[in-house]
Amino acid sequence: MSGSSEFPGSSLRTPRRRVAGLGAAHSGTHHFWLQRVTALANVPLTLAFLAVLICVAGESPERVLATIGHPVVAIILILAIISITTHMRAGMQVVIEDYVHGEGAKVLSLVANTFFCAAMGCAGVFAILKISFGG
Amino acid sequence: MSDMQGAARRPLSPHLQIYRPMLTMMMSIVHRITGVALYFGTFLLIVWLVAAASSDDAFATVNAVYGSWIGLIGLFGFSWALLHHMLGGLRHFIWDMGHGFGPQARELMAKLTIGGSVVLTVLLWIVIYAVKG
Repeated sequence: MSGSSEFPGSSLRTPRRRVAGLGAAHSGTHHFWLQRVTALANVPLTLAFLAVLICVAGESPERVLATIGHPVVAIILILAIISITTHMRAGMQVVIEDYVHGEGAKVLSLVANTFFCAAMGCAGVFAILKISFGG
Repeated sequence: MSDMQGAARRPLSPHLQIYRPMLTMMMSIVHRITGVALYFGTFLLIVWLVAAASSDDAFATVNAVYGSWIGLIGLFGFSWALLHHMLGGLRHFIWDMGHGFGPQARELMAKLTIGGSVVLTVLLWIVIYAVKG
């Protein structure tokens, strides 16, 4: 770990690679950072989502739609869905990379993960917009 | 050449079955399991929203399924997974800040994660039934 600084010639990594700071996966800390930023956003957003669900539980369909469609509620729910589905994709990607070893199956799983999360996100956001705009 | 003798004789690094199960290890595994469960649980949430946006009939059907006793058990599990994963995530934030790596601290946080998630889930459903009867 400290080898490269104490013995500059002992590292196999070239100076250019060290400056780029992208590591063995060539993507740096982007994935880690995305997971943590969405995790942080998820804490208040999912708690707010939970509060909305408790408020509308057991109410008439009209009351439920009116509550979900309220601009402030709709905006919070849409933010929550975007953050949650992004976090889902990042988390499942790690699980797939850990357990699916065949190259073909791994690539297919990663693409399926992206498709699923994109579909969930799009469907959720569209549903809220339709309710909010009075469809 | 064809039977890859060199590769087959290399020792493998120790895996799960070598280690005595520990609480911190279990919480790490449960964090991942709850994450995967929430991944598919989100599908149920999106189905509910799309049904609400589609028609009264579709919404009534989904509400009937989710409100049945088996649906409520599922929602109870969903809420526990959510709270456990959230507490586990907060634990990771503490580690990200560079704290809580000591034996006592990490053991305490593991106990708070499992204990807290169970207590909060029960409290959540008490509140739901208190508010909604």
